[in-house]
Amino acid sequence: MTDYMHAFDLYTPASLADAAKLLDEHGKDAWIVAGGKDSFDWFKDRHKQPRAVVDIGGLKELRGIRDGGDHVAIGAATTLTEIEENKLLRDGFPLLVQAAAKVASPQIRNSGTIGGNVSQDTRCTYYRDGFPCYRAGGNSCYANTPTAMNREHALFEAVRCVAVTPSDTAPALVALEAEMAISRGGKVRTVPAEKFFIGPDVDITRMTVLEAGDILTEIRLPKKWAGASSYFEKIADRETWDFALVNIAMAARAEGGMVKDVRIACGGVQCTPRRMTEVEDLMKGEKAGPELEKLAQRVAARGAKALNFNHFKIPLMGNLAARAVRSLA
Amino acid sequence: MSENRQDDAPVLEAFEFPPDPADDFEWVPATPEVAGNLAEPPVADWRTTGTSRRAFLRGVVCSGVAVSASAYMFTVQSGEARAAVRGVERLVSLNVNGKTRRVDVPPSETLAQTIRYRLGLTGTKIGCNRAECGACTVLADDVPIYSCSTLTHQARGAKIVTVEGVAAADGTLHPVQQAFIDELGPQCGFCTPGQVMAAVGLLKKNPKPTVDEARRAMSGNLCRCGAYPHYLAGVMRAAGRA
Repeated sequence: MTDYMHAFDLYTPASLADAAKLLDEHGKDAWIVAGGKDSFDWFKDRHKQPRAVVDIGGLKELRGIRDGGDHVAIGAATTLTEIEENKLLRDGFPLLVQAAAKVASPQIRNSGTIGGNVSQDTRCTYYRDGFPCYRAGGNSCYANTPTAMNREHALFEAVRCVAVTPSDTAPALVALEAEMAISRGGKVRTVPAEKFFIGPDVDITRMTVLEAGDILTEIRLPKKWAGASSYFEKIADRETWDFALVNIAMAARAEGGMVKDVRIACGGVQCTPRRMTEVEDLMKGEKAGPELEKLAQRVAARGAKALNFNHFKIPLMGNLAARAVRSLA
Repeated sequence: MSENRQDDAPVLEAFEFPPDPADDFEWVPATPEVAGNLAEPPVADWRTTGTSRRAFLRGVVCSGVAVSASAYMFTVQSGEARAAVRGVERLVSLNVNGKTRRVDVPPSETLAQTIRYRLGLTGTKIGCNRAECGACTVLADDVPIYSCSTLTHQARGAKIVTVEGVAAADGTLHPVQQAFIDELGPQCGFCTPGQVMAAVGLLKKNPKPTVDEARRAMSGNLCRCGAYPHYLAGVMRAAGRA
């Protein structure tokens, strides 16, 4: 039954207000798609069967990248290819450009959107295969058992669920202190990227603060980090398509070899992008060099609790942190 | 010991089948009162029709269009259709290979299914059906996308080009197609339509790509035979001519 999706009503609203009205009307039966690259897999597997699908990919208000004075605003339905090729972002925020360029495959980047990339669901194979796990509303975790295949799962802050964030752009947005603009019934609120992603301790069935009726409309990058040094690296089993085992995004400002300010976030090790605060504290006011590298490597994965098959992520995190430091030397 | 065992072994009695009730049945042709005025059933001889696979598919596609169109006409008054009054219309105009085609498509149908099974353009292949192999790549407004993971209704406004639409009207192959032949690109050929579309999309955007750019642009297409170097050489050869 994976060939055809279930029958649903498709709505293509002409404006954000119409979309809000539709979401209000259908409540929990509604499902937002833009590129649909994550959603259609759910539908084909029949694990999610929303009755009303609202396609906001065509909304002009949600597309494009513009300079908003003290920030650069990216519409949520902007495709990853558009981000990769945008001059404003290439010049100011190469970190996000590099992250967007590492997502999935060219064809997916051509239709997949940044809003979808940050709001996509986790890739835990048990959850995706329709197991009645905690995240799916059940009362067990199938990934955290002695024999489970959990090489892709979490090292940190696992509360019942050990799933990790799959996104490549999310760590970059956290490192760049992005603000997410969320529209609900015509009112817009902004949430810092760090608060946008939530762990299982907050709500085990969601990955983000988005609830039924919320639309992520815009991602704003403050110019604080425009032109900063950046480092992005993604480690995955395959170069194309695959989700990160661990990825790292660093935005840093250095003067005369001294690190003045730095933010590092790491994906694939926790349910949310993980700030490497210990590495940041070590780096601030220090000169990048072999000693700092070694220290960063040592503290990067401090406090990690490995499952049966994901120990390799601990040295991987350390090595990635060391390489990020080395990029500043 | 083995001899003892043989002695102890139970003797199997001959098995008799239970009587078959059909044995008593005597077949008589149906009287006209029972059978009415039935014509002789047609003899199905599959050899004489001479249907090719393509013609068969075309027939299925055409009859499917007729059946689903009539279904659409007669179900407009049903409750389900009225509930979807504000959703998308089932009838869409699709611009495929320069021609506008009217098709009746449910909202949940993917572009790949519509192209193959409603329009009969079976050059586009469905491999994984999950945006993971690239066999279904088509161009939407000159941008390569996976048609298996795009709803037909999402592609309404776009100019779709499938592998059937890249050759010239007089049958001259597109430089990419010719280069793939020259470089022995296809082995089993299943991924080739997708590879062609990805390469055509690349050359439309970037007529003179470097090898790395070409490799990156083609990275969204799997080739199970592993003919990647051939395809890459084909793209580079076509880049000189496209």
